[in-house]
Amino acid sequence: MNLYSRRILTNRIGVALSMTAMAFGLLALLWILWTLFYNGFAALSLDFFTRDTPAPGTEGGGLRNAIVGSLMIVGVSALVSTPIGILAGIYLAEFGATSKFAAVTRFVTDVMLSAPSIVVGLFVYALAVATLGGFSGWAGSLALSLIAIPVVVRTTENMLLLVPNSLREAAFAVGAPRWQVSLKVTLRAVSSGVVTGILLAIARVTGETAPLLFTALNNQFYSTDMSEPMGNLPVVIFQFAMSPYDNWVKLAWGGALLIALMVLAINIIARAIFRKKSSV
Amino acid sequence: MSAALPAANANAILSVRDLNFYYGDFRGLTNISLDIAKSKVTAFIGPSGCGKSTLLRTFNRMYDLYPGQRAEGQINFHGKNLLDRKQDVNLVRAKIGMVFQKPTPFPMTIYENIAFGVRLYERLSRSAMDERVEWALHQAALWDETKDKLQQSGFSLSGGQQQRLCIARTIAVKPEVVLLDEPTSALDPISTGKIEELINELKSEYTIAIVTHNMQQAGRISDFTAFMYVGELVEFGRTEELFIKPKKKQTEDYITGRFG
Repeated sequence: MNLYSRRILTNRIGVALSMTAMAFGLLALLWILWTLFYNGFAALSLDFFTRDTPAPGTEGGGLRNAIVGSLMIVGVSALVSTPIGILAGIYLAEFGATSKFAAVTRFVTDVMLSAPSIVVGLFVYALAVATLGGFSGWAGSLALSLIAIPVVVRTTENMLLLVPNSLREAAFAVGAPRWQVSLKVTLRAVSSGVVTGILLAIARVTGETAPLLFTALNNQFYSTDMSEPMGNLPVVIFQFAMSPYDNWVKLAWGGALLIALMVLAINIIARAIFRKKSSV
Repeated sequence: MSAALPAANANAILSVRDLNFYYGDFRGLTNISLDIAKSKVTAFIGPSGCGKSTLLRTFNRMYDLYPGQRAEGQINFHGKNLLDRKQDVNLVRAKIGMVFQKPTPFPMTIYENIAFGVRLYERLSRSAMDERVEWALHQAALWDETKDKLQQSGFSLSGGQQQRLCIARTIAVKPEVVLLDEPTSALDPISTGKIEELINELKSEYTIAIVTHNMQQAGRISDFTAFMYVGELVEFGRTEELFIKPKKKQTEDYITGRFG
């Protein structure tokens, strides 16, 4: 066998191995999605969106309280974590740069990024639930914000670091102070990337269950009062899926599908925004 | 080695005295002394790495952005030393504008590109701002090409137009000095020609300091030329004298193409 045909053989083996690995991963993924869609769509109906979670053992009902609760908790955490995350990211990229404080912030952010979400839940439980007398939607938002902020901080910083120094210098050269350069020029130059980061952070916290278990808990009734325990999709799915009642299990499938579709939609929007802007 | 100063001292808008510049421990400029004459074009030539851009970037303290870079000595501008720690660098940069090698439009509309700098120091009414933007674009010979698309992104312009937009943006702030750091090296000959014409027209109102790799360009547009080599000012004088009868051997070798 000469050198050339040996290379062709090695190449074929390599391609075959990587295709097998790809097929294996994709199969698992498609299986999960198929199960989710198959069981989930059966649960979707008008009632699913307009009625509240049913009592144990009863028929009918929907997830209205959990859907509204999730939207509110995630919405508030997005409103909190976006400005904090962006400003901290700007600090790291434009102001702190090589300072010790920035290095510490960067390190802590990285630790937070990989911290198990249940730890964050317990932390907020100890901080805001045990001391302030009870589970609440606010505590849930706080826990989700703590998970989202590091994601936003790092994407913002990484995006800003992509801005060529020549643009930064040009903005300084017309006499702009650093904060104007950061907010009006460099941040704007990477706005699509930053928005993408925010959306991905939202997508990530939408499915978080553990932090909400210790903070927002759950509420079987419809409530928009964020200072009370609040229904939310992940915890409802967690509870219902483990219950012996067929109706609850069915609703849990529906809820899981809904979250998956929401996250999918956010991801698609994020990609669309990023693609549109970066093609300029 | 310090070159003799030309006679135009009284008209100097920037006078540099014993300027030393350091990148960390490396000395990038050694004992530079020269005067930039008001309402004239002063060109800086020399081989790559000779310190001409470094020198230009001390005039608006651009090096301040980078820790580890520092300048010692004096650059006098209206009786004050620009290098003084207490000097407000943003004000300096508004008075001494700069255009860079690569066109760098801001990520906003053509109109906003120009209004951005103006808003930093002046509160203008909507109509006054419109006038200022138009004036600046006229000054940069860009008005005819952009008047119908002021609300389009600055990136929609061609490279040469973008560079003229950068010049318009610099002029809009009404600086006294305009620093040009190889402004045409990324442009084609036609765009280069337009920018050179522009420099000729602007010099009656602004003092211009330009770094260029192109000796013909220095000869065409400048009144004074400084030849630099490895961080030192070798020769500085009227452009026609420096090009026709250089006093130093090194200058002659460089301009005749024997090295560099």
